[in-house]
Amino acid sequence: MKQIYFDHAATTPVDKKVLQEMMPYFNQNFGNASSIHSFGQEALLAVEKARMQVAKYFNANLNEIIFTSGATESNNLAIKGTDRAYFKKEKKKPHIITTTFEHHCVLETVKKMEKENLIEATFINPKKDGVIDVRDIKNAIKSNTILVSVMYVNNEIGTVQPISEIGRMIKSKNSEQGTGDKKIIFHTDATQAVAYFDCNVEKLGVDLMSMSAHKIYGPKGVGALYVKFGLDIAKIQDGGAQEFGLRAGTLNVPGIVGLGSAISMIRNQDSVNTKIRELRDYLVAKILKEIPDSRLNGSKIKRSPNNVNVNFSRVEGESLLMMLSAEGVFASTGSACSSGSLSPSHVLLSLGLKPEETHGSLRLTLGKNTTKKEIDYAVKAIKKSVEKLRKVSGNVLKDYYKNKS
Amino acid sequence: MYSKKVLEHFTRPHNQGVIKNPSGVGMVGNPTCGDMMKIYIKVKKDVKKREVISDIKFETLGCASAIATSSMITDLAKNKTLEEALKITRNDVAEALEGLPPIKMHCSNLAADSLREAVRDYRDKNKK
Ligand code: FES
Repeated sequence: MKQIYFDHAATTPVDKKVLQEMMPYFNQNFGNASSIHSFGQEALLAVEKARMQVAKYFNANLNEIIFTSGATESNNLAIKGTDRAYFKKEKKKPHIITTTFEHHCVLETVKKMEKENLIEATFINPKKDGVIDVRDIKNAIKSNTILVSVMYVNNEIGTVQPISEIGRMIKSKNSEQGTGDKKIIFHTDATQAVAYFDCNVEKLGVDLMSMSAHKIYGPKGVGALYVKFGLDIAKIQDGGAQEFGLRAGTLNVPGIVGLGSAISMIRNQDSVNTKIRELRDYLVAKILKEIPDSRLNGSKIKRSPNNVNVNFSRVEGESLLMMLSAEGVFASTGSACSSGSLSPSHVLLSLGLKPEETHGSLRLTLGKNTTKKEIDYAVKAIKKSVEKLRKVSGNVLKDYYKNKS
Repeated sequence: MYSKKVLEHFTRPHNQGVIKNPSGVGMVGNPTCGDMMKIYIKVKKDVKKREVISDIKFETLGCASAIATSSMITDLAKNKTLEEALKITRNDVAEALEGLPPIKMHCSNLAADSLREAVRDYRDKNKK
């Protein structure tokens, strides 16, 4: 049976070359990068090479890259670390601004800190097209705001946020204040942006930036946090002095080597992205044309080249995924039934969609090896599955509304 | 993960569709959570004058498990007397499907509830 993977925003396969470069660090050069002997030094050398590769991609310095276990940890460190450092100094409750459609690892972190009374928080809603308005952020800034955290690309609907614009706004806010005053720190979760959008920290004007290796054909369980030099952030995990004292724990050497190798392989970004974008546009157009009562979620233009998120009315997403999986097409959904909590996707709700409008959502995310043939096959499978499920649901929805009115 | 039986009933549901001029109809669920089930029954008297579900059909908007439980409960209720049909519980449905993931047990509730609603609807209409 055909197996077509349309879930690259969930994770990607490790690239063959990346895997090759990682292999020796499992059982040949297996040293601990903190050891003084030559095994340890060899491992350290590999880690530092990876640090250079990441720093180069971000246009950052070597001492500004912290290796972590992935974007979840990077985001936790960025947010909690900023709060801790501020509280240690000021002994005051700070204010943090983020958005309602962040990834759970940002959202839950901020919500929990708010609940524990550590911070005040403001959650900004995106506009209907899934894009944050810089003015909304600006208006939310208070005298005790210490951190703004806005994701670069939304993981579900792929919409891209005006990060450099927000960066500029914060910079000018900061310069309005006297030199002694606290500055607003700007963090972005760039997990879905790396390889698709410019991640030059200088241009973006960010102080903190998170990423994960497994979204860019690297291994799972490793990521990085860019921490601007001189920024006051506290560690959140106790132990050894690894990673400039910011992240205790033996370094995941093979993983870090894999991350460095994966990020250094991002080349000819423009031409690869143009190819993916063209395929994506073809896929969206084909779905909207061939399947009635379908709709695209999120902006059509301000969108990651690899993301499609469509909604089919009178269909439930989990059953659609199951049906597609039986046809060999692997995708994802924001439907309530598919989530562990049985509540619909907070991202789709943040666009102002009603819960029943989030039901038949389907996310298809393309990769660098996606072909037109695969798209044609997938659309056929989607069409067939939607028709079948619509037959099964018949008129229930219509009847329900008729009974209610 | 779903059992083989669930997948069977999901991909090839039994008794799917509508009954024209049904004796009773039961609809449960609400579109907010996504589970919506409608069961149609046709009731006839058998030779012993007992009221029997001679035909049953369903329409369901919901997850794979909601569709599979609809299919299974229509199988279980077909040709049963109303008393027997009312005794079918969500556990009977789940068991016949060789188990459901814990988080999906509520879908089988819907199936049992909509069948009960259909029977009640029939009895309401036929009250003398
Ligand atoms: S219909 Fe929502 S979980 Fe089954």
